[in-house]
Amino acid sequence: MSIFEYAPAPESQAVVTIEPEYGLFINGKFINGKRHFPTVNPANGKKLSSISQASVADVNKAVIAARTAYVKVWSKMAPAERAKYLYRIARIMQERAREFAVLETLDNGKPIRESRDVDVPLAAAHFFYHAGWADKLQYAGFGENPKPHGVVGQIIPWNFPLLMLAWKVAPALATGNTVVLKPAESTSLTALLFAQVCQQAGLPAGVVNIVTGDGAVGAAIVNHPDIDKIAFTGSTEVGKIIARSVAVSGKSVTLELGGKGANIVFEDAAIDEAVEGIVNGIFFNQGHVCCAGSRLLIQEGIHDEVIEKLKHRMSQIRVGDPMDKNTDLGAINSGEQLSKIKELAASGVAEGAEIWSPNCALPDKGFWFAPTIFSGVTQAHRIAREEIFGPVLSILTFRTPAEAIEKANNTPFGLSAGIWSEKGSRILWASKHLQAGVIWANTFNKFDPTSPFGGYKESGWGREGGRHGLSAYLASGKAGK
Amino acid sequence: MKTYSIIDGSESSLKNFLKTLPGVDQVGAEARAAMLATRSIKNASKAFAIDLAISMVDLTTLEGADTPGKVRALCSKGLRPDPTDSTVPHVGAICVYNDMVGIARKHLDAIGGEEIPIAAVSTAFPSGRASLAVKIQDTEDAISSGAAEIDMVIDRGAFLSGRFGEVFEEIQIIRGICGDRAHLKVILETGELVTYDNVRKASYLAMLAGADFIKTSTGKVAPAATAPVVLVMLEAVRDFYEMTGTRIGVKPAGGIRNTKDAIKQLVLVNETAGPEWLTPTLFRIGASALLNDLLQQRMKMRDGRYASPNYVTID
Repeated sequence: MSIFEYAPAPESQAVVTIEPEYGLFINGKFINGKRHFPTVNPANGKKLSSISQASVADVNKAVIAARTAYVKVWSKMAPAERAKYLYRIARIMQERAREFAVLETLDNGKPIRESRDVDVPLAAAHFFYHAGWADKLQYAGFGENPKPHGVVGQIIPWNFPLLMLAWKVAPALATGNTVVLKPAESTSLTALLFAQVCQQAGLPAGVVNIVTGDGAVGAAIVNHPDIDKIAFTGSTEVGKIIARSVAVSGKSVTLELGGKGANIVFEDAAIDEAVEGIVNGIFFNQGHVCCAGSRLLIQEGIHDEVIEKLKHRMSQIRVGDPMDKNTDLGAINSGEQLSKIKELAASGVAEGAEIWSPNCALPDKGFWFAPTIFSGVTQAHRIAREEIFGPVLSILTFRTPAEAIEKANNTPFGLSAGIWSEKGSRILWASKHLQAGVIWANTFNKFDPTSPFGGYKESGWGREGGRHGLSAYLASGKAGK
Repeated sequence: MKTYSIIDGSESSLKNFLKTLPGVDQVGAEARAAMLATRSIKNASKAFAIDLAISMVDLTTLEGADTPGKVRALCSKGLRPDPTDSTVPHVGAICVYNDMVGIARKHLDAIGGEEIPIAAVSTAFPSGRASLAVKIQDTEDAISSGAAEIDMVIDRGAFLSGRFGEVFEEIQIIRGICGDRAHLKVILETGELVTYDNVRKASYLAMLAGADFIKTSTGKVAPAATAPVVLVMLEAVRDFYEMTGTRIGVKPAGGIRNTKDAIKQLVLVNETAGPEWLTPTLFRIGASALLNDLLQQRMKMRDGRYASPNYVTID
């Protein structure tokens, strides 16, 4: 060896046991479904296990279990006792962190470094944080005796399977609701491991129910008459369908939907760290992030310098086996998503934007897409308007701060934005004018359970996390924003 | 001697140039360094990194209690780090105080270590608080005794009070004395400059004044060669190369005590400045205790088990 190559450093899979077949978690027990579908490792296309497809009757059973648990146990329990369960779950998640991380990476395709350092610790942090709220809700600003909704139906996406579960389940339980949750079809495994954690923690039967399957299961949850509230994270398209379905049902709804986040680099930015932030903003989790900084807005005076540094930095991105501890960019979660990314990237080329990717060999098997940037993009390009949800960055320029804000806000979405400047007054001014639920200054994709998260416009209704997030799970709380 | 057209050497041209440098975001720089520290270097790449690190060590003794005997022992160790294994490379240089240079040179020549250079710490190391005349004499002495590398300190007092011209001029003068006779390493003493913005400015100041290497620390002040400081300096040499076509070396010194730390430094180099810098002519590690840990890890890789510390010589 004459150059410094990093030998493969794979994380061991021995820490997890994957069953050949998984059931539905209803009323504290695993019940095998009548039909099953495969879940695959997107990094090599190999089948990992068979997951039960819940029927409408199964969903009904889960709702009955949740309602019974709510009426008989959970709503009668002293809040401090509820908190104990949440703390216990959080601790078990920490103890079994490696198991969760390995399983998440196998099922989702994200690098083990991210599942180990981000997804799993943050998921545990959400349970710890919300455990603390359980017996202090009267101080949260929602009146003296805020009440839970009852039974909550939750539908989560495949990009952060365990973390999105934690975002949904932790506040629901802390505020005294019981849960029927549907993980995404392609990423059920960590949710089912979480079900085992609920058993291990001695959580009363029926408080958490997990029903796996396709969109029909989600529809059954959304349309079930005995569910009081729906919480959904996913595409804007499905969000609109849900909003229509529940419109006259009396159900409360929170939606976390798509985004096309603007990452704005002003010419007085700390360039090297801005480049890091650009990379983290779009290539973290293969760009499967609703709040990704997928539109880069660079002030014209520093455009060439930033692009040059960005290309140099992108050449360092290590694409490949997600289980390797040195991998930076893992597999695309599914063939379906890969086709969508390819289609939008092709539209970028067809519409005249300049495409660039570093030299990197992609594995033969599984679903892969190289980190990609498009320069010379304008507001009129599809890749500047539609959410790609992949490792593809659209680069635009601006001349004045006002133009940056105008371009950043010129989108039906409004989830996230980033500001890069060493000038404090500029950051404050820009953040005041950006229409986005989350605005990061000199950083990107930072998450914390204490901080509310959610969108403007078509990026969603309501907030998750922090004190604001509690209101979504309290009947007496005010909705969202 | 190399000159750069970016500045004319005047105080105002320096100030104006340093103002154009983008700031360093502390949180971001530390996060990047911390991320790179998670790289897992195993098997063949670890073996490669260990030998590379050994060849980059500036094996150092800088104590008031240094004696000719101690220095000779250090030279022997530097030439043959593991007396039982001739495949171990020799170190990058032997680094000593001024008055030990002649002794070290003579001993190395006598034992077949002609190709190992002697680095002398100079310009009233470590504080730099002496007159320019003394600093010049100090450097002249070291070179005439056989030092091929001069590790000078910058005037941190002048830097911190904004007298960049003075710092620049002093480096230029020492550069002039070194001429073609000695390589110049400029010690920024980053632990006293404190902010990453200062580290970046001082790096450029040293490079523009003619440094061959920029070095973090004297080893007498903590913190010394922290990962984010080295990151910022590596970014500086990378960008300076883009600007001028000249590659300047980097030498972290102080606080790098074990193999893990050394490998983290090599990862920083690899992924920041680039693989071109992974050579002893462009990257050195100033250390005293590090070498033995590298040797122990090397034995472990060779034999599959840890040897007793008694199998590693203590010099």
